[in-house]
Amino acid sequence: MPMYRYDEFDHAFVADRVGQFRDQVERRLKGEITEDAFKPLRLMNGVYLQLHAYMLRIAVPYGTLSSRQMHMLAHVARTYDRGYGHFTTRQNIQFNWPRLSDIPAILNELASVEMHSIQTSGNCIRNVTADHFAGAAADEVADPRPYAEILRQWSSVHPEFSFLPRKFKFAVTGSEHDRAAIQVHDIGLHLKRNEKGELGFAVYVGGGQGRTPLIAKKIKDFLPEADLLSYSTAILRVYNLHGRRDNKYKARIKILIHETGTEALKRQIDAEWERLKDSELTLPEADISAIQAYFEPPALRERPEGWADIASWKKADEAFARWVGRNVTPHRHPDYGIVTISLKPIGGIPGDASAEQMDAVAEIAAEYSADEIRVSHEQNLVLPHVALADLEAVYRALVAAGLAESNIGLVTDIIACPGLDYCALANARSIPVAQDISRRFGEPARQAEIGELKIKISGCINACGHHHVGHIGLLGVEKKGTELYQISLGGSGDETTSIGEIIGRGFKPEDVTDAVETIVDTYLALRLEASETFLAAYRRVGAGPFKAALYPEAAEAA
Amino acid sequence: MTAKILTANRLADGVVVWLTAAGEWAEQVDRALVARHEEAVAGLESAGRIAVADNRVVDVNVVDVEEVGGHVRPLRLRERIRSGGPTIAYLPGAAGRKSATA
Repeated sequence: MPMYRYDEFDHAFVADRVGQFRDQVERRLKGEITEDAFKPLRLMNGVYLQLHAYMLRIAVPYGTLSSRQMHMLAHVARTYDRGYGHFTTRQNIQFNWPRLSDIPAILNELASVEMHSIQTSGNCIRNVTADHFAGAAADEVADPRPYAEILRQWSSVHPEFSFLPRKFKFAVTGSEHDRAAIQVHDIGLHLKRNEKGELGFAVYVGGGQGRTPLIAKKIKDFLPEADLLSYSTAILRVYNLHGRRDNKYKARIKILIHETGTEALKRQIDAEWERLKDSELTLPEADISAIQAYFEPPALRERPEGWADIASWKKADEAFARWVGRNVTPHRHPDYGIVTISLKPIGGIPGDASAEQMDAVAEIAAEYSADEIRVSHEQNLVLPHVALADLEAVYRALVAAGLAESNIGLVTDIIACPGLDYCALANARSIPVAQDISRRFGEPARQAEIGELKIKISGCINACGHHHVGHIGLLGVEKKGTELYQISLGGSGDETTSIGEIIGRGFKPEDVTDAVETIVDTYLALRLEASETFLAAYRRVGAGPFKAALYPEAAEAA
Repeated sequence: MTAKILTANRLADGVVVWLTAAGEWAEQVDRALVARHEEAVAGLESAGRIAVADNRVVDVNVVDVEEVGGHVRPLRLRERIRSGGPTIAYLPGAAGRKSATA
């Protein structure tokens, strides 16, 4: 199976950490350590206290899971939680109801399948995310996951970078089309080849969402792959030294680069890099190759019969044809496809999956996708290597599991954070808003007519629901004790990243779906042709027509 | 004065609890002791500090409430959601424990 496997050091390290945390939990429950002392320890192990219970966040490095690991997540959901889990916008999974006293046992079980919760919280380098189609996409230059893995190994309990001014997030993509939203990360890496055919990275720094959304600045056109760690270390050192520690809202590297200036910060990074370049941080080719070997593409045999099969299946079953059209993406092998499994059933909770569904996905992946599963930052799951000849069987299995919604990239494929239904930081609910919009637009023909449209919803300014880069973004706030939803338009998290513009005053919960429908209807009326997407139309006409439709009184007064 | 009650999360399982007149931590908000004057609020706060020191609960907070038809209703939506659970039907019928302490 193509993914990184723990070596003896990894096994011993994770086992030690589980043992250490078990001891800390026992001491806490006996009252031997206070909550003030314990809180940073539990956070280092991914344990948060939310509104109703503890929450355990488990890392899914670069979003890659094996069937065995997915079965384990199902087991955890069933045994220690309430039978479900929530896949997040950082390609992780969260369980909403674990007992503190059970968490050491959960971590022990996870360690048996090479999973953990380390660095899923705290001011450290968090789980490195990557293109969820990595290693499979037809448009990929090279698989970004070996580099994500190198970064993971380098950043795990890195002594110098475990107490940064604030959390720090890497994202890596290996395609021109950015599916990993690299320009809204602290460091975004675009893996590409130079004119000599050598691999390296365009390096973006200082992107992020939250209360101050900023697009990353490209500070290097081409960083040779061997310099990945020396250059990353230089960036982190400059940030660690100069990043603000006096104000947590101004502590991210995006603020540092904004306040220092891109060129000045780049000079500081380059000066630091001069000292580190050609040091022991330079990656030997043999090491890169060794990690790449873990991600060797699976041996996919020729399956040309799928071409004829799929044509006849599509003809016979309209729903299957619709699903193939929306949820299957070209694979680099012409006889295969990449299947995206929607975790956005109409009226459902974005990103949630039951234990039974996790088991079903694991079984389907084992049989039809070389044992591989991905978690996307858009809160869906991916089967990266499915033969076209197997698509019909996969579809039937997904239908049986309630996982065959044909809506990828459409108006009902909504990202939503847990919001005030779970989250201690939230000011407003996200999930019920997503559900209501999903139901309003759920009819397949209507979704198809609208075309690609990404709605993203956050329940607070921390923007876990990525509302700043939604084509339509909704931000829930609390105003005079009630929820209000601020709408922004024109955001995008791809290679043309843009931050959405706030369109005007907010809407009450009962009015927000109507407002979204007004926006959609306005778009449908003004688009030049059906192929002009919402985003393209918005970029052409700007906010004016949408404001006029949403706030007719203001338009008349003007 | 706005009536107040005391809430926390239970240490071992994180479940939302409310301080009762008997000094216990109940899972039902209607069992909460309602403080209607300053001295009573001070008493709640004192009980909270003791409970934290005893390592029974964490994240102790005084919450504004109103009393409607014999029921206690937190004024803030956040606390109403804490008292009633998520407002969504999360995977109804899914297997698993109903309550971490049930």
